[in-house]
Amino acid sequence: MKAKGSVFKYGDNVDTDVIIPARYLNTADMNELAKHCMEDIDIDFAKNVKQGDIIVAEANFGCGSSREHAPAAIKASGVSCVIAKTFARIFYRNAINIGLPIIECNEAAEKISAGDEVEIDFDTGVITNLTKNETYQGQSFPEFLINIINKNGLLNSLKDQ
Amino acid sequence: MGMTMTQKILAAHAGLDEVKAGQLIMADLDLVLGNDVTTPVAINEFNKAGFTEIFDKDKVTVVLDHFTPNKDIKAAAQCKQCREFACEYNITHFYDVGRVGIEHALLPEQGIVAPGDCIIGADSHTCTYGALGAFSTGIGSTDMCAGMAKGKTWFKVPEAIKFNIVGKLPKWSAAKDVILHIIGLIGVDGALYKSMEFSGEGLINLSMEDRLCMANMAIEAGAKNGIFAVDQVTLDYVKDRVKREYKIFEADEDAEYAAEYTINLSEIKPTVAFPHLPENTKTFDEFGSVEIDQVVIGSCTNGRIEDMRAAAEILKDRKVAKNVRCIIIPATQDIYMQCIKEGLTEIFIKAGCAVSTPTCGPCLGGHMGILAKGERAVATTNRNFVGRMGHPESEVYLASPYVAAASAVTGVITQPLELMD
Repeated sequence: MKAKGSVFKYGDNVDTDVIIPARYLNTADMNELAKHCMEDIDIDFAKNVKQGDIIVAEANFGCGSSREHAPAAIKASGVSCVIAKTFARIFYRNAINIGLPIIECNEAAEKISAGDEVEIDFDTGVITNLTKNETYQGQSFPEFLINIINKNGLLNSLKDQ
Repeated sequence: MGMTMTQKILAAHAGLDEVKAGQLIMADLDLVLGNDVTTPVAINEFNKAGFTEIFDKDKVTVVLDHFTPNKDIKAAAQCKQCREFACEYNITHFYDVGRVGIEHALLPEQGIVAPGDCIIGADSHTCTYGALGAFSTGIGSTDMCAGMAKGKTWFKVPEAIKFNIVGKLPKWSAAKDVILHIIGLIGVDGALYKSMEFSGEGLINLSMEDRLCMANMAIEAGAKNGIFAVDQVTLDYVKDRVKREYKIFEADEDAEYAAEYTINLSEIKPTVAFPHLPENTKTFDEFGSVEIDQVVIGSCTNGRIEDMRAAAEILKDRKVAKNVRCIIIPATQDIYMQCIKEGLTEIFIKAGCAVSTPTCGPCLGGHMGILAKGERAVATTNRNFVGRMGHPESEVYLASPYVAAASAVTGVITQPLELMD
């Protein structure tokens, strides 16, 4: 499985309140929420994002609230993968559970710039920066999580139990 | 090698003699919690997955506290969906308007959480129950759904940071100042993926309400959970509340910690977290005059009776500054009633405060106190992210109930000593 798209770049501690502000959480319609995704730090995100695009951020992406609406809004906006140095732990779980691919990679977070064209191979964890002609090795998931991902989310993986 | 307190609770709930940091386990759950924002997503997933029963009607709790009393038509629809689900599955601990309180104040108060429990909640501040010596952590709606259906979930066993508590808080310093100090010290990802374990000879000087406030904000340091050693304070608190069996776990003497800190309560000064991260902490010698427009005293962090008493101590026979709105929200109905009995409500209203029924409302910018562009609030809440309480260009300063009340009186961020002897 691969993802390919152009990059939206953010800094440290992108919190779930800016990913999807609580004032919109009176609905669980993720397509509706996608219209407001990232708007408190990037008012044009929803307008500019295209299917397959990639978010790259620094440390502690998704900190704050447990709202699953955050990874779900990112996924519904068309983003194919989030790369960060580290993820806040609830966001990490939620992203895997709903099938939004995420990868931890220091080097990618440091070297990738906004607008770069990037390709990710999820089987190998290799991130290719097509614009800068560089590759970075992302961290792979433990087998336990690969099972959840391969079964397209937590609930599908539970059906066998 | 010995285990930390968290590791021992996880091992017991996974049916294992021993677990190690990094190990993936399946653990049995004593409680699965959701609120009116996260439960609708969980219900949608529950129905989509074709589940037809919940694992235990006494061990699932739904608390309608975020956008209640219903702030608008969409919020009303979400609450209705939760209400119908709770009715259909005969959920014992379902809390609706009139009985509801802010979940993390309500569940300990009602004896629904107990020492040694393994708890997940679709709310990041579920880590609050660590105050009682439980393992308790926030998860998302899909995990809530799976937990409701199966009564178990997967965890990666965390390592822990140990906080050795010594000393005693000075007058006008509060548990909120301690946890803000710690977050300032280690940063908003300082405990990422880890437990924060609090123990030491100074623990006895922290009331259960102090501990609930501190464990509540463990997530603000990125922690998986915060947990306090169980002592007489814990046992006295749960004695007339918890009506079921529970088990007390202690960290092994030879448990290994990723880091250890000693926190001397005697040295803790009133502390304020400046926008837009809880780690941006300053003591009053580190900043000048900051004018404010609003004060919020309440939330799952600081909406308990001791917080109300602290605010009342400052606000008694004083007035809220002319250009400040001061909103006080007792976190549960019992706390609200106690405020009335003790005359605190009268003090607040005479001072010019708005006193509200329990709700999370303003803390997350939901309703009941939204900030306009450029406005500043001092709040006893837990997050000061961009746009947290309203407009993206508004600002939230996190502080203790003492500091919040003193600031309401003067209209600038004020330490209690300036008003009190």
